[in-house]
This record gives sequence, structure tokens and C-alpha cells, in this order.
Amino acid sequence: MDDLLSEFLTETAEGLGTLDTELVRLEQNPNDPALLGNIFRIVHTIKGTCGFLSLPRLESVAHASENVLGRIRDGQLAVTPIAISLILGSLDRIKMLLGALEATEAEPDGKDTDLIDQLNAFAEGRLNAVEPPAALAPVAAPPPPPVPVAPPPVAAAPVRAEPAAVVKVEAPPPPAVRPKEEPPTRVAVAAAPAEPAELKESAVAASNIRVNVDLLESLMTMVSELVLTRNQLMQILRSQKDSEFAASLQRLSHVTTELQEGVMKTRMQPIGNAWAKLPRLVRDLNIELGKKIDLQMKGAETELDRQVLELIKDPLTHMVRNSGDHGIEKPAERLVMGKPETGTIMLNAYHEGGHIIIEIGDDGRGLATDKIKAKALQNGLASEAELAQMTDQQIYQFIFKAGFSTAAAVTSVSGRGVGMDVVRTNIEKIGGTIELKSQIGRGSTFVIKIPLTLAIVSALIVECAGERFAIPQISVVELVRAAPGSETQIERLNGTPVLRLRNRLLPLVALDHLLQLDRPGAAASEAIIVVAQVGNYSFGIIVDRVFDTEEIVVKPVAPILRDITMFSGNTILGDGTVIMILDPNGIAAATGEVTVHDSYAGEQAAKSTARGAQRTSLLLFRAGEGGPKAVPLALVARLEEIERTEIEYTNGKPVTQYRGKLMPLVSIVGSTAIPTEGRQPILVFSDQNRSMGLLVDEIVDIVEDALNIELGSEKPGLVGSAIIAGKATDLIDAGYYLMQAFDDWFGTAQDAEFGTADKAKRVLLVDDSPFFRNLLTPLLSVAGYDVSAVESADRALDLQEAGEEFDVIISDIEMPGMNGFEFAETVRSAGKWRNTPMVALSSHATQQDLDRGREVGFTDYIAKFDRDALLNTLSATIGMQRGGEQRGAL
Amino acid sequence: MSQQIVPAGAGGALAVQKGGRSLVAEAQAHDYVSIIIAGQTFGIPVLQVQDVLGPQRITRIPLAPPEVAGSLNLRGRIVTAIDLRTRLRLPKRSDGAESMSVVVDQGGESYSLLVDNVGEVLSLSSATLERNPATLDAAWREVSVGIHRLDGSLLILLDVGRVLDFATKIDAT
Repeated sequence: MDDLLSEFLTETAEGLGTLDTELVRLEQNPNDPALLGNIFRIVHTIKGTCGFLSLPRLESVAHASENVLGRIRDGQLAVTPIAISLILGSLDRIKMLLGALEATEAEPDGKDTDLIDQLNAFAEGRLNAVEPPAALAPVAAPPPPPVPVAPPPVAAAPVRAEPAAVVKVEAPPPPAVRPKEEPPTRVAVAAAPAEPAELKESAVAASNIRVNVDLLESLMTMVSELVLTRNQLMQILRSQKDSEFAASLQRLSHVTTELQEGVMKTRMQPIGNAWAKLPRLVRDLNIELGKKIDLQMKGAETELDRQVLELIKDPLTHMVRNSGDHGIEKPAERLVMGKPETGTIMLNAYHEGGHIIIEIGDDGRGLATDKIKAKALQNGLASEAELAQMTDQQIYQFIFKAGFSTAAAVTSVSGRGVGMDVVRTNIEKIGGTIELKSQIGRGSTFVIKIPLTLAIVSALIVECAGERFAIPQISVVELVRAAPGSETQIERLNGTPVLRLRNRLLPLVALDHLLQLDRPGAAASEAIIVVAQVGNYSFGIIVDRVFDTEEIVVKPVAPILRDITMFSGNTILGDGTVIMILDPNGIAAATGEVTVHDSYAGEQAAKSTARGAQRTSLLLFRAGEGGPKAVPLALVARLEEIERTEIEYTNGKPVTQYRGKLMPLVSIVGSTAIPTEGRQPILVFSDQNRSMGLLVDEIVDIVEDALNIELGSEKPGLVGSAIIAGKATDLIDAGYYLMQAFDDWFGTAQDAEFGTADKAKRVLLVDDSPFFRNLLTPLLSVAGYDVSAVESADRALDLQEAGEEFDVIISDIEMPGMNGFEFAETVRSAGKWRNTPMVALSSHATQQDLDRGREVGFTDYIAKFDRDALLNTLSATIGMQRGGEQRGAL
Repeated sequence: MSQQIVPAGAGGALAVQKGGRSLVAEAQAHDYVSIIIAGQTFGIPVLQVQDVLGPQRITRIPLAPPEVAGSLNLRGRIVTAIDLRTRLRLPKRSDGAESMSVVVDQGGESYSLLVDNVGEVLSLSSATLERNPATLDAAWREVSVGIHRLDGSLLILLDVGRVLDFATKIDAT
């Protein structure tokens, strides 16, 4: 093919791609002159080039479009959906012609008088009496046709005669390397008003060049080899203390790293490129199906390898189409269900632990399990009996089977009859996985996870039971050495290891146990704990040794091993050995914690991670009669076991000597008298320099569970009951017992029912003491509030920025960084929370403080330990607020 | 399991059909690399064999199926090693010698099959081919395409695809 022609095809395809998106944007922002100017300029350029290359048919179509756009630009015509549809229609015709041009190197025969006449008629204002596009029959102004094969409905015979024209929307990479220069003549010719935008564009274009993909591929391979060799050299260097090679090799290493990063960048493209066509697709769907769908795209700048991008483009389009077609209901239906009229399809892309995660969700009707079951039966994929036994998740998997696509699918944008089975195959081909979550009536979400195969990741090399593994550096928070007799040691709760780390108990997992590794000799007494963090969940991995951090090339595991969730890939180290790369996510899942990404139904769900106490670590124990009891693990400072002979009595109350001080001991209500022999388990609560020991009979377990307190309790010492780890468990009120130990820790304990309004009120608690956050949160929860707790005013302000709203804000005064007064001032001066009631909590309550509090905008000021006053105030404050609303509603 | 041996074409090409299984066409693969495991000779179509390697350093993969011996580094590529003794339900090697590797390509991925020894490349004709005896052990029947009668020994033809198909079915996870 002629170089000039192929260049033209590539350029024009790019231009058309941009136009698609810009036109949809123009429809939403009709009065944006810059946008309009840009669109006009691109169409004008296309027309000019077509004339230059003697492509009369293309030129006429482009010219007619340009005409319409010109009139719009001059204000003689308005930007109406009809106008946009017409222009989009002409673009589709151009695409079709380009496709034919590419295939045959000549324009197809025929005329486009039908389209051109329409465009001209519209330009002259003769097309006004046309029905709105939604109700369209093929006779009136055509709705934008699906891109590939279908000609516009008002088609003359010559156009229909070319159904075979394969429209390649994406031009193939040009066959030769060719520097691209924006010919200055074209820029000058365009008479667009948006001069500055124009010049900026050509400057950008001039600094880019086109390079053949294969060339980049071979560069990448060579650089990978270079990296491996560099790693080998560095390994050798490490074993030789003083070497004259040291300095040069270091330099070589730096340069190699930079080279690698640079080359990788050439292959990485933002995923937004794959999403570019989607706004138009959704717009077309809206018109075609008579629905209202809003497309939200988050993380468009997330980068991934170009090859991977190509492979997922079609699957993504297919899934968005599915969502729009089958997922989102018609507006009337949605209103009946109490949903907003406009449905949302949400795309979200982000990096996580060596993978790129892409979520495609909608808030439509979800997957209909009965329909899937029926289809499965019909296709002979399973028997009735088998289906009856399956969970919903298992039923959803059927949609990935070949031949399962729902019949009568509208012509898809890609035109290749993509079904979900092909989608899954394509994704698995690149080493990825696809999962599905759905809820009837609420929507569905697909989660695609693709390994960043070209990623070079920093990883910590560890050893356990004689085998080495890599842990991505990004998940590693710190390393702790644990040896018996040292400050930090591993303690065991009924066999489960935990570590006390800075006043928190960290759950631990032994890697050799998790991976079922055989240990040749006895277990080493010393161990290193790798503290890892996944999302909000921290845990420690017990290993034998830690080596250093290395830059490793991540390679996906073989298909047979893909289901082993512990590993996210494997790699070759500098010395040539293959090692597995651990996936902290998989390890976290194995310890019982599951990272849940709830991304459908938009923002509300996403914000839930900020709310306090959704899943809490709870310590389960037995004490006295009745079932198991629980206390939030975060409140417990230490677990101790003392000899009962060490319990002494002062003033009739049991105490023990603990760390050089007297520590009062308290029994759980309902316990029998303390026996005098044997060992006594104690839960130690500490705050600042005071400790209290709670006597229990037996420590059972540590679990992570959602804390839904179902039954509030009248009994002293109990917050309520919840189902924890499948059993009805009493949640004890640590505050009550602390009060028993130290009278001045709290006011009188009186339980009362508050918060009887229907909707849970949202409370923001700002306090730097984790102890008090963990204390107040369950109290407020059982009183019916939805609590979010943050540790500083800064964090609270972050939430404000993120758009979070609360019914009342409770804030401590004495906090490091921004104190409570400053916080109130800031909140009251500007922002969303200006009018939100704020309550101050403080241990200082002089008249001066009260005055200051009122000055800065606190609605009320309460002494910190007066729980009743707090609950009363909250209820009153919110009541006032709500009262106003309710009266308004009535 | 019913089998039909259908002559297909003048070149003496064979197509062996198994009821319900995929068609295994051996039309062009008359040459086989012979391998020895526990004294038994097997054959793999030569066109599927990419490499024959001596003993390799193999990294164990925890939690992998027992047939997976681990992974090894082949000129910068990570290749999964499958222990054929385990796959064929034979006991581990008792003589202490190390295994050799036959690297095959299956579906675009490379796998290394661990065997006791590698023999010569043999050219076998359909004349000596027999189907699996009905009494053949189930594990072997799964992977065997047929038996060749050689001078003084029998050679079992292996279907590499089926050899590698031991992962548990993951239909509905």
C-alpha cells in the first residue's frame, strides 16, 4: 500500500476516534466554543486531505458535515440531538468508506446522496419537522447506526451493496517506521476560531513519532535480558567485599534500571484509550433502547501494557453493552423499583499488588439466576438435581460457557459476535482472571484481574523452611524480629499466634504452615515477622530469614497453577533460581479476612470503607455462665496468665502486682468466686499509665467479624449480643469494668434507649486515642448510630473533601496536630459541614473552655467521660435537626 | 471405551478415534522420542518435543498438585515441571539418580516432563500399533494412545495433552 495512503488512513482513523468522543461531549456541553472549534477543525482537515488525495466520495461526505458544523459554529443552527446524530452518521459513513479504501486501495463505487441530502437539508433548516430520534422509524432522520456493517437506515441501494466492507475502526500499526510531521499547511488552512488550541495541538503532534510495535517488542525483550544479567552481576558483587568493579557495576545498575523504566513506559498506555469509544456506545444504546444510562469512568489514567490493552478492548466493550442491554432497566421500570431513573454503568481501574484490576459494574437488575438455570438445562450443561444444589455463584459461572450468550443480541459494536466465553478466554490468555458478583435488583459487577507481566516490582526475598519466596515491597510495612526473651515475642492464643505491636495485637500467620512446607529439623526459635498490609487489614507473616530487596520481573504462573491464590506470579532471581511471588491478598484471604470491593451502586458503597467498625477484630472468651463473650481486640493491651497465688486483696478488692504497680482485677458479672489455685487468664486493659485486669475463665479465639449488635442489653457490663463466628455472643462493655476498677474513669453507668428514628444517623467521631474510639464506637452503634471514627482532625477534613456527610460530629479537644478548637473553626468557616452540629468532648470543662467552645462553633460541650450526657446530647442535637426536616416534609 | 482405527489416506496415516474424546491425529507424527520411566518405554511425538535436558534445578511449588514437581529456569523462561512417575501413579525413583527433562509445548505453554531416561528417536509405523488392552490400568489408559510392538519391548504412545490434563476441574468456582 502506498505510504501516503496508509498514513492518511491511520491519521484519519485517529481523528474519527477523537470526534466520536468530542461529539458526545458537545451534546452535553452545547455551548462550548472550544469543543466545537476543535470538532470543526478535525472535520475540515479530513475534508482537505481527502481532496488532496483525490478521494471524491469521502470529500463530499466530509464537506457536507463540515457545512453543518460551520452553520452551528456560526450560530445559525443549534446543537440538537438530531444534529449530533446526523454528524455521527456521516462519520460512520466515512469509517465505512475508509474500511473499503483500506481493503481495496480505492474508493468504492456509489454515491452518498441520501446522507448528503439530509445533511444539506438540515444545514438549510429544512429538516426541522423531524421526530425526536428516540421514537425513530428508519424513514426519518437516522439514529446513529452501530458502527460496523449496518448502513444508515435511510440507505440507497449502492451503499447496501457493500456489506462486505470490513470496518476496521482501529487502523493497524503502519507497516513502516515513519516520522510524522504535522504539515504546517493544514494547520494554516483550517479557519477555526480556536487558534490557541490548534497551535498547541500541532506542537504536541510534532513531538511524537510513530514506531513499529515489533521494534518496541524486541527492545523490551533485550532490556529484560539485560536486567537479568545485571541482577546476576550484582549478586556476584555482593559476595565480594572490595572489588574494583563495584563502582562501575553500580553505575551500570542505575542506568539499566532507568533504561528499563523508560522502555516499559513506551509500552504502557492508559486504559482510557480502550474506553474512548464507550461514551459513544452508551449514547447510542440510550437512543436505541430508550434508556437513560450514565457512564462513569474512574482510573482512566491507569496504565497497562499495550498488547494487553488490545486484547481487553473488545471484552470491555462487550460487557458494557451487556450491562446497558440486559442489566439496566428502562427508566419507568427503575422508578417503580425506587431507583433513580438514570442507570449507572461504572468502570473502575486501578493497580493493586502487581495486577491491574478493572471493575465493570451496573446498578441494574442483576443476573437472573432462574433464567440462567433454564438456559443451562436447555443447553444440557447440568441436570435439575445438580442445579438445585448449586450456590448462586456457581450458577453465575454458566454465563461463561460457550453458546450461552442470550439470543437476539443487538449487533455489537465490535461486530465479532463476542460472547462471555470468548471474553473469559481472552482474559485468561493474558494470565488474568474474571469474576462476577451480582445481586438481584441491585446490579452486577465484573472484576477483571490482569497481571502486570512486564512489571518490574521491588520485592523482599524471604526464606522459610529452606525455600525462598518474594513478597512485593509495596505490601510490606515493616519487619519485626521476634525471639523468646526479647521485647517482642510471639504469643499464642489456643495455638493461634499473635504479636503485640505498639499496643495492638497483630494476627500472625506462619508461612510454613500456610504453604504446608516440611521443616527438616525442629522449628527455629527465632523468627522474623513481615508485617504486611492489604487495604486496611494488617497482619504478620512469620518467616525464618529475610534477605534483601530485589527488582524482579513478574511472570504469571502456568495455567495449571493459576488457582493457587497464595501466589501472584513467579520470577527468576539473579542466581538463576525460580521463586514464587507471594500474594498478600491471597494470604490475607486464607487467614479469614476477605478484601471486599463493593463497587456497584457508585459512591455510597465506595464510602463504606471509611465507616468505623464494619469488621472488627474481636477477642472471644468464656467467663462465668452463659455463652461466649467478646470484646474488641483493639481495647485489649495484653493477654496474661498469672498464678492465682499472686492475687492479693486490698480493701476487699482483688489486685495483683503487674509491672511494678498494683493492678486492680475485676471479675465478669456472674462469675463465681475466684478460685485460689492454678493459673488465671487475664485480659489487661491499659490507657496511659493505668491498667486493669479482667478475669476470665478461658480465652477462646480471635476473629474478624462484622459487629452488628442485634440486641441491646439492660444488664450492666454488657453492650449487647451479636452473632460472631456463627454463635450468639455477648459483647461486654469494657467501660463498665474499667469503672469498677477506677471510679473516676466514667460517670454512672445507666443504659437507656436512644435514637428511635427510622434512619440510622451518621456520627463522625474524631479522637486521637484509639482506646476511646474503640470504646465509644460500639456504644454509639448500639444506640442506633452509624459511626465513623477517625484519629485526627486532618483525617476528618479529608472525609469532608471526599464529600462525606454526617448528622453530627463529635470531636476531642486535646489532639496532636490540629486540636478540636481549630478543627471547629475550620469546619465552620467553609465547606460542606458548615452547618453540621458539632459536639466537643473534653476532659477539661472549665467555664473558659465552654466559652471558647461556643465561640469556635461547637453546638455543645461535654465532659469526656459522661457517657449519658453524650448520648443525650446527640439525640437532642440530631432531633432538632431532623425535626426541622420532618416538619418541612409534612 | 470404544476405539476405531481408521486408515485415512494412502500415506498410511492413522486417525485414532476414542468415543467421546477429542480426535488425535497422528498423520504426520511417525517419529517419536522414546523415554523410559520405571523400566517402561513411552513415546512422544517428536514434533511436540522442544528440548531434552539433563538434570535441572527445580524449585518446589507449595500447594501445587502432586504431579507438579516444581518449576525450572530454561534460558530465562519459567517452565513448569511435571513428574511423570507421579502422573502415572508409579512410585518415586529409588536408585537416587536424577531425572531428565523432556520439554514439550502444549497450547502455547512449555512444560518439562520429568522422566528417568531419554532414548532414541524411533520411527514407528502403523503396522506395529495396537490399541490399549482392555485390562490396562486406568491411569495409563487415560494418557495412552496405543501400544507399539517393538523388538523385545512394548512402547506406549503418550498423548501430551492428556498427560497435562490432571488439574482438578474448576467448573464452578
